[in-house]
Amino acid sequence: MTVADPILPEAPAEPPAKPFLKIRPSSGFAGVDLREMWQFRDLLLALAERDVKLRYKQTALGVVWVVLQPLLGAGIFTFVFGRVAKFDSDGVPYFLFSYAGLLGWNAFNSTLSKGSSVVVQNAQLVSKVYFPRLLLPLSTVASTLVDFAVAMGLMIVLMVFNHIKPGYPLLLLPVWLLLLVMLAAGIALFTSALMVSYRDLQYVIPILLQFLLYASPVAYSLKVVPERLRTIYMLNPLSGLLEAFRWSLLGAGHVHPGEIAYSIAMVFVIFLFGTFSFARMEQKFADVI
Amino acid sequence: MSSDIAISVRALCKTYRILHDAQGSRSRRPPTFRDAIAGRLQAPFRRAPVEEFNALADINFDLKAGEALGIVGRNGAGKSTLLKILSRITKPTSGEVDVFGRIGSLLEVGTGFSNELTGRENIFLNGAILGMSRAEIRREFDAIVDFAEIERFLDTPVKRYSSGMYVRLAFAVAAHLRSEILIMDEVLAVGDVEFQKKCLGKMKYVSDHGRTVLFVSHNMAAVRELCSSALLLGRGRVQALGSTEEIISRYLDEGASSEVRPETGPLKRLRVLQDGHALVIDADWSHLHPIRLPNLGFIIYDHLGSPIVGANPYLLGVDAPNKPCSAGRITARLTEPRFLDGHYFMSAWFGDGSRDFIELPKCISFEVRGMASSRQYPASMVGPVAPACKFDFHVNESATEVNV
Repeated sequence: MTVADPILPEAPAEPPAKPFLKIRPSSGFAGVDLREMWQFRDLLLALAERDVKLRYKQTALGVVWVVLQPLLGAGIFTFVFGRVAKFDSDGVPYFLFSYAGLLGWNAFNSTLSKGSSVVVQNAQLVSKVYFPRLLLPLSTVASTLVDFAVAMGLMIVLMVFNHIKPGYPLLLLPVWLLLLVMLAAGIALFTSALMVSYRDLQYVIPILLQFLLYASPVAYSLKVVPERLRTIYMLNPLSGLLEAFRWSLLGAGHVHPGEIAYSIAMVFVIFLFGTFSFARMEQKFADVI
Repeated sequence: MSSDIAISVRALCKTYRILHDAQGSRSRRPPTFRDAIAGRLQAPFRRAPVEEFNALADINFDLKAGEALGIVGRNGAGKSTLLKILSRITKPTSGEVDVFGRIGSLLEVGTGFSNELTGRENIFLNGAILGMSRAEIRREFDAIVDFAEIERFLDTPVKRYSSGMYVRLAFAVAAHLRSEILIMDEVLAVGDVEFQKKCLGKMKYVSDHGRTVLFVSHNMAAVRELCSSALLLGRGRVQALGSTEEIISRYLDEGASSEVRPETGPLKRLRVLQDGHALVIDADWSHLHPIRLPNLGFIIYDHLGSPIVGANPYLLGVDAPNKPCSAGRITARLTEPRFLDGHYFMSAWFGDGSRDFIELPKCISFEVRGMASSRQYPASMVGPVAPACKFDFHVNESATEVNV
């Protein structure tokens, strides 16, 4: 038995003079310790890396599904809304039009659905190790972005085939993507914390997402929304963002600065709400999960 | 406050609320969202009957830097809750803790291991989960792999590992956590004996080299080996704080004496006596129905709680008495092996050979005295019992020395 390897340093000769860490009872309001989040950045990377690796561990098929999913979705939308219902697609081939919509939608969809179940899925981690719990929902964003990059690659191929040259609005695409992810993350922070106590949300969220998909301009253009419903329709912050997302890519769509400003404001409100409600609820995670 | 304190715990309490619903079943929360809403709608102002459960009540202690403290107590004494608060997994209800130094905590081996990932990937993932930076893990990487003895399987997914390899790797990562304070819960109970020894050695090395260790275990031998002092928890309170030996014997002695009279069950009286070199266990019993073979089983443990010997008449194939009866006395006389001087515990069972009516774990504690002699090695050297042993000598004729 050899344990004499001198791999451990001597204890610090002078312990820090003042408390390094104070453990106190939980309080009603909890802030977010950004400095601590920074200290744990390597964990965020490790969790994100795990997510991405696990996603593509199942051979080539894993990657194929990432593009097959929006391709099939766009195919169905093209048939139903383009061929059968004969909706207008702002002068762009319907398939390309709905694929672009799905690209933005999937970024939102996968951030929200992965993010909201991540705390419950990592129950074992939460009950056995300390780390800023906020990292869990945030870590799922990485694999969403990787998926997005793969699907985006196919988007570029499709655009080249259809001789579509994007204009300057393309430069704003990352902004829309960020806003979509932030919106989803904000909701996911709230739902993931709530799901610790109420697993019911597992069933609610897919239904909510399905509803949102049809209540947002993904499969069809904003143009087909009746004028009198437009104000209500635009209350959904996703509407403005998804329309802007597609506009950046294909130049098609109807983007109103006022509606965009509203969506952006909502994104920040929801994100902050999600973050702080998460911070308040996380104090009880280990006792409840 | 002195500057060499590593952990200072003041008036620490943790209360869990147990909600009772109408059926009287226990749960901490309404089971589903629907129930929560429905309950709220049916009786908007009614408060659910709440039972408070004090997992920890008014815990106070200081731990000096560089010391190793063992925490012992029965299941449900609050050990795990205490460790969870100290490792910041859960928050206290009241009271405060000040910690001077970086805490590494290890409440479970292999937390966050991912079966699909390779050993190498898991080292980085698990290290990060335990709070190591990437640079730190890289620096310790070779030492971890060496310690776990898995270099050949570094790039194999851990789902293909044997369970031994798996726990070795998990422990190795944790063992290389460089924090000034290390909190451990029962983690030594992994792997085979050889590896357990290695782990214990590593832990001993850690605590001998100036790090502060908090160690929870049911394995008294490990606590004794590692810790200089110990804390006995019982029903959420500190029962005693003192030297490891003292606390361990108090823990094992809790609720045990050399004679017990259970209030319920078929055993009316049970005791252990020393009769010269023999031990005599006798029990008075009575039961509602006649029993053919009154089956009294026992296991005797050493002072650390490790079992030494055990027997019962059914297993030994002892002939039953001529006719069934419903009360009587059983006497068991142990002559071999001989028990050496020391402190022992005993568990007892009573049944009819096909099932047990009562189980009394470590209910009896007794001393053996007067067995030490100049011709007997002490128990600390040769173990608690002396064997019955017959030596045979074969003389090799050609090698005999001829005396003139």
